[in-house]
Amino acid sequence: MSDAAAKLKRGDLRRVLVTPEGIALPVTLASRGTRFGALLIDLGIIFLTIIITTIALAYIASKLLADSPLKFGKGGTNLPPVVQFALILYIAFLFLLRHAYFLFFELGPRGATPGKRMTGIRVAARDGGRLTTEMVLARNLLRDVEITLPLVALFSLSGGGLADWLVFGWLAVFALFPMFNRDRLRAGDLVAGSWVVEARRLKLADALSTGKAAASGTSETTGASYKFGDEELAIYGEYELQTLERVLRDGRPEAMAAVHEAICRKLGWNPGSGDERAFLEAYYTQLRGRLEGGMRMGKRKADKHG
Amino acid sequence: MAIFSRLSGRQAKDEAAIEAAVLRSDRFRQEREGDWKRLEAIVTRMEKGRLRRISDADVLELPVLYRTVASSLSVARETSLDAATLAYLESLVQRAWFLVYGPRTTLWSWLARFFGGEWSGAVRSIWPELLVAFVLMAAGTVIGWKLCAADPDWYYAMMPIDSGDLRMPGASHDVLKGTLFGNQDQNGLGVFAAGLFSHNAGIAILCFALGFAFGVPPLLMLIQNTTMLGAILWLYHGQGLTLDAVGWLSIHGTTELFAILISGAAGLHIGRSMAFPGTRSVLEAAAAAGQRTATVMAGVVLMLVIAGMLEGLGRQLIDDTPARLAVGYGMLAFWLAYFFLFRRTPAGSESE
Repeated sequence: MSDAAAKLKRGDLRRVLVTPEGIALPVTLASRGTRFGALLIDLGIIFLTIIITTIALAYIASKLLADSPLKFGKGGTNLPPVVQFALILYIAFLFLLRHAYFLFFELGPRGATPGKRMTGIRVAARDGGRLTTEMVLARNLLRDVEITLPLVALFSLSGGGLADWLVFGWLAVFALFPMFNRDRLRAGDLVAGSWVVEARRLKLADALSTGKAAASGTSETTGASYKFGDEELAIYGEYELQTLERVLRDGRPEAMAAVHEAICRKLGWNPGSGDERAFLEAYYTQLRGRLEGGMRMGKRKADKHG
Repeated sequence: MAIFSRLSGRQAKDEAAIEAAVLRSDRFRQEREGDWKRLEAIVTRMEKGRLRRISDADVLELPVLYRTVASSLSVARETSLDAATLAYLESLVQRAWFLVYGPRTTLWSWLARFFGGEWSGAVRSIWPELLVAFVLMAAGTVIGWKLCAADPDWYYAMMPIDSGDLRMPGASHDVLKGTLFGNQDQNGLGVFAAGLFSHNAGIAILCFALGFAFGVPPLLMLIQNTTMLGAILWLYHGQGLTLDAVGWLSIHGTTELFAILISGAAGLHIGRSMAFPGTRSVLEAAAAAGQRTATVMAGVVLMLVIAGMLEGLGRQLIDDTPARLAVGYGMLAFWLAYFFLFRRTPAGSESE
């Protein structure tokens, strides 16, 4: 892992996980911006919930207490039992909202809070194994130091002395922790052994090499038959094949025409026009067939120079 | 051939398509596409979170299909150059991996394991830090007392004194005694208790979280909090109320201070693991310590709920020193017995 990691360029977010079955699974780490966005959404949800509940409860309380004068004083408040009970629930609710919101969602089947889900990221174990309850607990217990404390310190900065600045600077280290390591770990991730990765969802694209032109090498529009010889296919490698696949999937006529012309020039053919797609599909299929045949024999050709 | 027996149940159209495919990798894909699509459908349903609507058959099939598709991915990597199919398989295996290796326990089974031995085991596993934290807290108490005894001005430095607080140096015996007893008519005790819990749990979580900075902040917090304890004891001692003050503090304090001790020790444990990771990398050591102490901290929050109730309700309702001492030290005995005598490894433990 460390060898592979050493080769990574700065800012490259691709990592490889090894699942317990021994399958190397490429993952893309969530970028700092995405995670910050997810956090803002989650905090927004928490604040909105607090505000709405507080207003609703205050309204209900004001109705209930309309005819009993409030007496706040030392030794407790003089409140009717119903309101007291509601207050206890309210305090417990605030505590849970603050500390259990992230836990609840990250322990669910989706492994992500609403904010993370909206931004398409989720929590995973760094070692490729199971994401345990303990990991989720650990990574969320540290949120206080990373969010609340630095914010409090920030607000107490105004008119503060050197000590306040020192405290803020020290706490900012926690808040900005993801800035200082390659894996974008926040302090909680570090302690929990987790990281946050992108949860991609891809649809299975149609096979390019099973269409009529691709499979038989015969164009449907012109009836022309494209058969390429071994030398004609040997000029390209896997990199070019994948470029060709991208061009075919995008299906932009200008790009196809340009690639068509380039290949024809390389082959020494006279590039015609109007039948680029059939030509490219046929070339793609036959090139893939050749390269895959080589793969089976243990020979790979990375690109045209290989 | 195996291929033909696999195909026999499928539609003739599929067979024709497979015959038509020129490339072996396309035939490979067409043969297995059904499994991939089925896994995708199950994963998509589970991701939507409608667990109740997923049939048992699907749940049983998930790990099987996951392994099938994962092996498809390994084979495809070696035989296919269809980048789109590879990308699809990678994302599908990743999504299924999240579900198969995601947090799978239900809340109840986790709680059963938690109370059934994991909590006490986790607390025992950090015993060196517990000892250090205990020594620090004892030292903090003695320091607080000695400083106040040497110069009463220290009391003001250590204790945040609100206006209207009667507990300060020079207060008479009766005034101080009044702060310890006779508050049982108070209204709103439950609210008081809930507020206390919320406050204390916040502090404990902080104490733990700060351990991350190589364990120094929890040390300071432990000492600072217990110097206040020493200062209070000194104050009441001066008016011959030591035992009453101890009772007043003990009823909840044995639980609360024990919880703070444990959270400090947990923070220290993380700090120590990072400063001295041994043969592991710092990251691995921190992760192992973090997971171990997370269980400890979940327990600490629970202890603070109990402490909050004892402080808010028990202390005000139980109004004589012997009963307060009995409750306080009964709780302490209970915690000690639970943590150090209850040695059991629950079945199906997630952690190592």
